[in-house]
Amino acid sequence: MNLVEFDGVAFAYPLPERRRSGGFSMAGVSFAIAEGEVFGVIGPNSAGKTTLLRLLTRVVAVDRGAVRVDGRPVGRLAHAELARQIAVVPQDTPRPFPFSVEQLVLMGRYPHAPGRFFESEADRVQADAAMEATGVRHLAALPLEQLSGGERQRAMLARALAQQPRLLVLDEPTSHLDLRYQAETAALLQQVNAERGMTVLLVSHDLGLAAEVCDRLLLLDGGRVARVGPPAEVLQREILEAVFGCAVVVDVNPKSGRPVVQVAWPAARERRQSGRP
Amino acid sequence: MSAGRRLALALGVLSLALLVVGALSLFVGSAGLSPAAVARALAGRAGAESVESVVTLQLRLPRVAAAALAGGALAVAGVAFQGLTRNPLAEPAVLGVSSGAAFGVVLAQIFGLGLSVLQALGVAVFAFAGALLAAGAVYLIARVPGGLSIQTLLLAGVIVGIFFTSAITVLISIVDFNRLGGVVHWLLGNLAPIPPASLALFALLALVGFWLILRSARELNLLALGEEAAVQLGVNAARLKQRVFVAAALLTGTVVAFTGPIGFVGLVVPHMLRGVLGQDNRLLVPTALVAGGIFLLAADTLARNVVAPAELSVGVITSFCGAPFFVYLLRTRYRASL
Repeated sequence: MNLVEFDGVAFAYPLPERRRSGGFSMAGVSFAIAEGEVFGVIGPNSAGKTTLLRLLTRVVAVDRGAVRVDGRPVGRLAHAELARQIAVVPQDTPRPFPFSVEQLVLMGRYPHAPGRFFESEADRVQADAAMEATGVRHLAALPLEQLSGGERQRAMLARALAQQPRLLVLDEPTSHLDLRYQAETAALLQQVNAERGMTVLLVSHDLGLAAEVCDRLLLLDGGRVARVGPPAEVLQREILEAVFGCAVVVDVNPKSGRPVVQVAWPAARERRQSGRP
Repeated sequence: MSAGRRLALALGVLSLALLVVGALSLFVGSAGLSPAAVARALAGRAGAESVESVVTLQLRLPRVAAAALAGGALAVAGVAFQGLTRNPLAEPAVLGVSSGAAFGVVLAQIFGLGLSVLQALGVAVFAFAGALLAAGAVYLIARVPGGLSIQTLLLAGVIVGIFFTSAITVLISIVDFNRLGGVVHWLLGNLAPIPPASLALFALLALVGFWLILRSARELNLLALGEEAAVQLGVNAARLKQRVFVAAALLTGTVVAFTGPIGFVGLVVPHMLRGVLGQDNRLLVPTALVAGGIFLLAADTLARNVVAPAELSVGVITSFCGAPFFVYLLRTRYRASL
């Protein structure tokens, strides 16, 4: 059963924005995410990862084709209805107003009763459980500003869990985190997937993380699908070199058997010989 | 303590304070009535034509009511504009919206609209249109892909404010001055007594604006995370913004139509409340309605008495409080975000 379907999706931003984004457009994007899988979207800068996310959460609408959740086009779902299906952990959040962690997490309960003025006792229980799951319950009263990058990330994740979605979307979850928090984040999202049966969509630059945690990967290149499949099929040297435009080395992680991608840095001696600094 | 409890407690305390300040301002004034005389008039034991009756019931009481209403409406409009623009320094006067509304009012006065209820409604419509026009202009000037920047928004507000102030000056210059009798005094913010029927209209329009914003308070919290995040949490952000935009313009236009452009109430009051209650708009919107009333009532009582028997415009007092407060916020709390 497919939870998400992209069917021949084409999209371009309106003119002023398109000029800023260097004429980016998306065309002929088709793929599906099955219920229960961990799905990764990877690709170079401006390949269309963020746009794909915006199309899925109906921040922008498709020009052609269809984006469907549970078989229904996202444009036909009410805003709150879609937010009960999909929760997003964003890359970063601009916040001029210092809300507390608990207030932030409670915001995840909005789509379950948009007409209610204050959250109910049941909402509070859900929020507490979500904070407990990501280990930020002791920070509940603190304003977000006072948290470290890792704590903030876990607070945002708690908000997404409080939303009780079927699909959890993580946008560059490890971009600001050190190794330990990267490992924790990876463990946490695998746990969410395994224990709650939540489908996970991971959008990331981090090929290592994507290879380790994802069941399947979508490699985007300039708004087109370059390849969809299991990590071992997508993360091949020829494919990656064509898409990223640089030499890479693909190894196998001896512990997990998953591919490990590294840039094939020119050796220092070769660089000196070719006359570059 | 749950949010609901805190709201009830804060509203209780503030309502009590509003009653006390309102009562006090009934008892002081340039007429120099004794407290006993005021009490007699309030109790209805003074003759209808007696000095204490006229001063208390026909001058001071409507004025107290107008001040409480105007202050409350302006403070709520401040919270609304701050949430809408995600800019903690936004406020009707700072954004130039008050100037747009004032332009509408001067235009209405040139067409000969006065203070009777129907005419007052006409003036309010003109003020509302002016407020919408100014707010729309500020929004279009300051809009960049992905939101509004704090600096550009403030600059756009200043520019639009200057434009409409100049437009008002042009109108005053070309029209026979006698037809615009009190306009100069009114432009500084003036709480001269309003006839009861017009006061009721004032209250009705302000309540409509307040109700629309109160209904949107929870969604305004989500909008604070950014428009994209709000949509992803299930908010119809486009509709929310329209509703709050119209309601805040309605509040500003109404206040300007009945009392003139009074600045900085929408900045000072919400920020004091934020300091005590935090950032939850569900607490800020209802408490701002009461606290704004207290603030303007206190300012007006000061304005009536500080240079008695003459009278200062209440807008002068609020600006003397608000301008330094604005500078303080700019230099301390929001320095990093500029």
